[in-house]
Amino acid sequence: MIFNIPYIAVVALILIGLYAIIFKRNLIKIVIGVTLIESGVNLFLITLGYRTGSVAPIYTSKPQGANIMALPVPQALTLTSIVIGVAVLALMLSLVIFIYRHYGTLDVKKVRRLKE
Amino acid sequence: MTEMSKIVKTITAITFPFVTIYGLYIIMHGHLTPGGGFQGGAVVASACAMILVAYGSKWVLDRVKEKNLSVFESLGAIGFIGIAFFGLIFGAVFFKNFLVGSNFLFGIIPASGSGLADINTGGVLPLMNLAVGLKVIAGLFAIVLVMAYATTSYKEGKK
Amino acid sequence: MNIPEYTPALVVAIPLLGAFLTPLVGRVNDKLRNIFVILILAINAMLVALLSYDVLVNGIQTYIFGAKDLSYPIVRILFEVDAMSVFMAIIGSIVLLVAVIYSWAFMKENTGLDKYYTLILLLTAGMLGMMLTGDMFNFFVFLEITSISSCALIAFRTDSAESIEAAFKYIVVSAIGALFVLFAIALLYGQYDALNIAALSNAIQYTFLDKIALVLLIAALGMKSGIAPMHMWLPDSYGKAPATISLVLVSATLASLYGALRVIFTLYGNVLSTISNSGIPLNVSIGWLIIALAVVSIIIGVIMALIQSDFKRLIAYGAVAEIGYMFLAIGTGIAALGTQYGETALTGGIFHIMNDAMDVGLLFLVAGAIYYSTKESSLNKMGGFARNMKYTTILFIIGFLAVSGIPPMNGFASKLLIYESTFMLNPILAIIAILGSILLLAIFVKVFYSAFMGPEIPRFKNVKEVPKSMLFAMGIIACIIIFFGLFPELVITNIVEPAKNALMGYSGYVSQIVGGGI
Repeated sequence: MIFNIPYIAVVALILIGLYAIIFKRNLIKIVIGVTLIESGVNLFLITLGYRTGSVAPIYTSKPQGANIMALPVPQALTLTSIVIGVAVLALMLSLVIFIYRHYGTLDVKKVRRLKE
Repeated sequence: MTEMSKIVKTITAITFPFVTIYGLYIIMHGHLTPGGGFQGGAVVASACAMILVAYGSKWVLDRVKEKNLSVFESLGAIGFIGIAFFGLIFGAVFFKNFLVGSNFLFGIIPASGSGLADINTGGVLPLMNLAVGLKVIAGLFAIVLVMAYATTSYKEGKK
Repeated sequence: MNIPEYTPALVVAIPLLGAFLTPLVGRVNDKLRNIFVILILAINAMLVALLSYDVLVNGIQTYIFGAKDLSYPIVRILFEVDAMSVFMAIIGSIVLLVAVIYSWAFMKENTGLDKYYTLILLLTAGMLGMMLTGDMFNFFVFLEITSISSCALIAFRTDSAESIEAAFKYIVVSAIGALFVLFAIALLYGQYDALNIAALSNAIQYTFLDKIALVLLIAALGMKSGIAPMHMWLPDSYGKAPATISLVLVSATLASLYGALRVIFTLYGNVLSTISNSGIPLNVSIGWLIIALAVVSIIIGVIMALIQSDFKRLIAYGAVAEIGYMFLAIGTGIAALGTQYGETALTGGIFHIMNDAMDVGLLFLVAGAIYYSTKESSLNKMGGFARNMKYTTILFIIGFLAVSGIPPMNGFASKLLIYESTFMLNPILAIIAILGSILLLAIFVKVFYSAFMGPEIPRFKNVKEVPKSMLFAMGIIACIIIFFGLFPELVITNIVEPAKNALMGYSGYVSQIVGGGI
C-alpha cells in the first residue's frame, strides 16, 4: 500500500490542476493550474524509475554489497520536462502581463473580445 | 520595482558571490554528482534575480542591457550545436562523444565503484554542461529583467 | 563525407544552427539577415529533396545519434524516415520557404524582426523533427518546441489586444494537450521499458493501461490538429496571427495530424484487429469515432463560416472543415482496414493533406496581401479590389476553386477519392461531404463578390498592387496547385502511394530496428 502513495498524489495533483483551469476566473490561477498538472506528470515520470531496494545511480560511488541501482532514464525525462515547463510558464506569464496592459483586468470572463 | 533598505542591499552583496560559486560548482561537476547545465544555471539566475529584487530594477537596468545578454545566449547555444557538429566532423556520427578515451581534454575513463572520481573524465559532457549553463543563465536572467522592465514602464505611464 | 547518409540529422540541425546564429547576424545588417534566413531554408529544402529521393528509391533510412550501430536493448535516440515522413517533410519545407520569401516585404514595417526570424527557424527545426523522429519522447520534445515557438509568433503584433488573447488561449490548450501526451508516453514506458516506436510496437499487448494511453494520445493529438469539438483555439489563432504565421501554423497542425497517424497505424498497428469485449474489432470503433468527429467538424466549420465578417477568421473556419475532410478519409481507412476502398480512402486522405496545406495557405496569403495594401480585414468594409489588384484577384480565384474541389485544381482529385471511398462505407457520409464542398464554394463566391467585385469604394481608390516578392511567393503555391490538379496520377503514384504503403505496412518499420538490426 505504501508504494502506491506517489500514484495517488499524481492523480490528486492532476485533478486539482484541472479544477483550477476549468472553474477559476483569475488568469494567474489558470496559469497555476497548468503548473500543477505539469508537476503531477513529472512526479509520475520519476516514480516509474524506482526498483525495490535500489540505490542512487551514480557510477563512481557504488557502495559495497548493493546490487540494484534505480533506473536513470526517467530522471533524464523528468529533467527535460521540467525545463519545458519553465519555458511554457515564462511565456504564459509574459502574455498575462500584456493582457493586463491591454484590457485592464485579469478576469477571464471580461477578456473576451473574440466572440463567435 | 523600488530598491530595498540598506541592510538588505549589504547582505545581498555579501551572499551573491557565494551563491554564484555554488551554481558554477554544480555546472562544472555535472558528470560526477547530480546537477549539470540547467540546474546550475537556474541557481546562478536566481542569484541574479536576488540582486534585481534587492537593488531595484532601475539600478540594474542602467548597467545591463537586454541586447548584450542575448549575445551570451547565442554563444551558449552555438557552443552546444558546435560541439555536436564537431562530433560529426571528428567521429563521423552526430553528437558522438569524441573526447572520451583520448588524451586531449577530458579523456580518462574511471572504474566503477572507485569512490570519488576526478573531474578529468566524461569526454564532451563538461563542455556541453558549460554551454548549456551559460545559455540558461543568460536566458533566465533576461526573462526576469524583461518582466521587471515591463511592469515598471507601465507604472510610470509609458505606453 | 557521404552527404546522403547524414541528411536525416542535417535536416533538423541546420535550421537549429541558423536559429542561434540569426541574432548575431542581425546585429550587423538587416538585409543580410533576411538573405541568411532564406539561404538556410533553401539549403534545407534541397536536403529534404535529397532525403526524399533517397527514401523513395532505397527504402527506410535511419540515423542513430551518438554511435555507429545499435546495441540491444535500444537506448539511443534515432530518426527513422519512411515515405510518409518524407511526404510531410516536403510539405513543411515548401510552406516555410514560401512564408519567408513572402515576409521579406510583408513584415517590413514591424520592429523586432530578429526574434521573428529566430522563432521561424526554431519552428522549422521543431516541425521537421516531429516528422522524422522514431522515438516517442523525442516526438514530445519537438511537439513542445513547435507549440512554444508558434505561440510566440501568434502574439507577435503586441499592440493588438486580440492577438495576445488568441495566443494565451492557444498556449493553455496546447500545454495541457502536450502534458497529456507525456502522461500517455509515461504509461507506455512504465509497462514496456522502451521509448522507441519500433520497439514499443513490437512489444505492445492490449492491456487496460494501453487503452488509456491510446485514448489520451488520440484526444491530445486531435486537439492539436484542430478537430471539433476541440477546435476552439483554431479560428482565434489563425484569424489574428500575421498572414505568414497562419500559413506556417497550418503546416504545424498537420505535423500533429501526422503524429496521430503514426500512433494509430504504427504504434498500435499490431493490435488494431483485436476484438474487444463487446464483439467489435478495435479498428472499427476507432474508425467510427474519428468519422463522427470529422462529420461534426465539417458541419461546424461550414456553418460557422457562413456568418463570419472577418476575412481571415472565415478562412480559418474553412480550414476546420478541411481538417474534417482529412479525418473523414482517415477514419474510413481505419474502419475498413484491409478492403480496397479503405486503401483508396487512405490515399485520398493523405493526398488531401498536401492539397489542403497549399489551398488554405494560398487563401491566407491573399488575405495578408489585402491587409498589407489596405490595412483592412473586415469584409463589410471591403469592395472593388479587382480594378487595382489584378494578380491578387486571379490568385484568390485559384485558391477558392481549389478549396471547394472544382476541377482542374488539385482539390478535385483528392476530394473525388474521398467521395468514392466514403460512399462505399456509408452513403450518408458522402452526401454530407459533397454538401460541405458545395456550401464552401457558395461561401467563397460570396466573399469574392463582396471583396473583389462590386462598385469602387472611394477610400480604396488608390490601392496599389502588392510588391513583387509577395506575388512571387503566392505564384509558387499557385503553380503547385495547378500542376497537381492537371497531373494527379503522376503525384499519386510517385509520392502518395508509397506514403500509404509505408503507413499501412507497419511491419517494415518495425523490422528495420528490431528484426534484422541495423
